[in-house]
Amino acid sequence: MPFAGWEMPVQYEGIRQEHLAVRTRAGMFDVSHMGEIETSGPQAEELLQWLLSNDLTRIAERGAQYSVLCRQDGGVLDDLFTYRLGPDRFLTVTNAANHEKDLAWFRRHAEDFDADARDAHADWAMIAVQGPEARAALARVADGELPARMRTADLRVAGVELLVCGTGYTGEDGCELMTPPDGAAPVWDALRAEGVEPAGLGARDTLRLEVCFHLYGNDLSEDRNPIEAGLAWCCKLETDFIGSDALRGVEPRESLVPFAFTGPGIPRQGNAIRTEHGDGVVTSGSLSPCLEIGIGMGYVPAEASAPGTAIEADVRGKSRTAEVRDKPLYAKE
Amino acid sequence: MAEASYPEDLLYHPEHDWARVNGEEAVFGVTWYAQDALGEVVFFDPPELGAAVKKDEAYAEVESVKAVSDVFAPLSGEIIEVNDALADGPEKINEDPYGEGWMVRVRLTDPEEADTLLDVEAYKGLLT
Repeated sequence: MPFAGWEMPVQYEGIRQEHLAVRTRAGMFDVSHMGEIETSGPQAEELLQWLLSNDLTRIAERGAQYSVLCRQDGGVLDDLFTYRLGPDRFLTVTNAANHEKDLAWFRRHAEDFDADARDAHADWAMIAVQGPEARAALARVADGELPARMRTADLRVAGVELLVCGTGYTGEDGCELMTPPDGAAPVWDALRAEGVEPAGLGARDTLRLEVCFHLYGNDLSEDRNPIEAGLAWCCKLETDFIGSDALRGVEPRESLVPFAFTGPGIPRQGNAIRTEHGDGVVTSGSLSPCLEIGIGMGYVPAEASAPGTAIEADVRGKSRTAEVRDKPLYAKE
Repeated sequence: MAEASYPEDLLYHPEHDWARVNGEEAVFGVTWYAQDALGEVVFFDPPELGAAVKKDEAYAEVESVKAVSDVFAPLSGEIIEVNDALADGPEKINEDPYGEGWMVRVRLTDPEEADTLLDVEAYKGLLT
């Protein structure tokens, strides 16, 4: 399936089967479509502190941090992970569809700093290895100790130098591997030989939805601010990032909430939500392979955002009953 | 079922539905080709008993994890039975599309419409 100019595997053996492999064993995703921007120079940290919503000074060397990139009015341009590779060298991972936009934004603002923002998309392919057995499988083929969660390490697998990051997008333990493009195939094959199962972007989407991770373009957009999207935790207003002025004192009229159907049906993006306090909209919806019910996320009036609130979704003309839930929708027992 | 199959005793609609006609009644389902294109079916949304269905129009929905598809009526009639087993076992549509994966039984309002449906050879011709 074409996506943002990439040929993407949506599924290999079936979304549900791949999803359950990641939840119970180990799976791997080719996510080389993700973009990278390398920021370096004496004021690289100051530049990123200005651009990104989180407090960059808190990322230790070899650490990782999640943040959003906002416009002046607080609208979300992207959500991204940033890794500190050295004292003044950072790698930021962008969403494929936003990469060019993000890069232009980084470069425009880099002019005001003694820092350089470079397009590093062509330097890296990316494989996410996720699941309860992912670290063990990776450790068997790596030449050193794996990084802790939210840390990075330089390791070698199958003769390929990797940047290994203790991050992921599935709610499972695991790592994301940044490799030179010609190293992706041998690394993939080495993991495959350790029993790691290929998984497609369909399973990646259902896995992230069960644990309520945002997907840009569905749950986040330039028309939404991070406060209503439930991302205030990564918006450190005291760092005075672009957009922070607009977000100060914001009391959103709508909130992004996870929900689960209490009867039959599967919610889909764009379905209307009805509540006692007004209407909302589904931004992500699917069958949950683990819970075996329809689940989703959507924006609802703030008064209807408390867990336990009964709501309804209009699924192609049929009213389906649902309930606002706590995050995550799925948690291991 | 892994191997493509198209029984000889069925009539086929070009939207990849089949009808097993028995006098004034018929059973409907989707073909092997349809279930293979859909991928793993995770939800079947049936019509209500007594509902009128019209040839060539959607009467039910099937959903895979990622997509929704309409199911088209090969013939016109009234729903007199729904395969309730699909509520808890929608995967039967993949596993046995001509048997346990049947969808509805219909009392035909215009049995002569069956003359317009395809026999198995004509339907297979569409797929090549």
